[in-house]
Amino acid sequence: MPDAIEKVSIIVSKGSLEGVYPGLIMANGARAEGIEANLFFTFFGLDVIHKERHDHIKLATVGNPGLHFATLLGGLPGVSSVMTTYMARKMEKLDIPPIPEFVEMIADTGAALYACKASVDLFGLDKGDFIPQVCDIITVGEFYEKAAGGEIIFT
Amino acid sequence: MPTKSYDGVDVSVDEQGFFTDPSQWREPMASEIAAEEGVGELTDRHWQVIKFMRHEYEEKGSGPSVRALGKTSGVSIKELYQLFPKGPAKLAAKIAGIPKPRGCI
Repeated sequence: MPDAIEKVSIIVSKGSLEGVYPGLIMANGARAEGIEANLFFTFFGLDVIHKERHDHIKLATVGNPGLHFATLLGGLPGVSSVMTTYMARKMEKLDIPPIPEFVEMIADTGAALYACKASVDLFGLDKGDFIPQVCDIITVGEFYEKAAGGEIIFT
Repeated sequence: MPTKSYDGVDVSVDEQGFFTDPSQWREPMASEIAAEEGVGELTDRHWQVIKFMRHEYEEKGSGPSVRALGKTSGVSIKELYQLFPKGPAKLAAKIAGIPKPRGCI
């Protein structure tokens, strides 16, 4: 039998609902299996740990062929919000928490949360913009140090 | 099907060691399973979770997810991971003699 995975470091680089959940589910699932987990938020993924933005992450209704409806329709005002609310209801039924609660829960499981320094500088943010569960703002080099000996997952 | 012996009784388990017949489980078996899983001495807090797992299984036919445990067992998620560092829902299910919960959350 192959060796079990003991550590994962998951990069969240997207700021859309469908871009964010997979990484969160994989991090939480790793901890549930007793696997050590680091989360590294970069670029628009920083919204997930941003105090004022993490409750407003929306489903991409434009340029998302997986939704199977016309891009023109997806671009109408309010469509993204309506679809996001619809998804949120479906997810709640399946016991999938809203993003702010999910991130807090993942931190409570003992996973470590980090913000990417290059992105933080790019967007003019600082530690005060983030939820208190964020351990640190780190460079890509520091990320690789923390990821050493485990698997890296990019989302 | 593999079998294991706990508290002097042979029980049926799956390849990962989860009970396939929860009715074979008895409370004195819990500490032996916990020791095997590296959980250590079972405290009242561990027991609160273990009994909750049994109760949920008997009510619903499956063990709860970690999120559900954190919300309804009276033990927070932080503490659940302190009690069962290698995965609360999974380990508590094994110690409580019920099948492994299959939720993704």
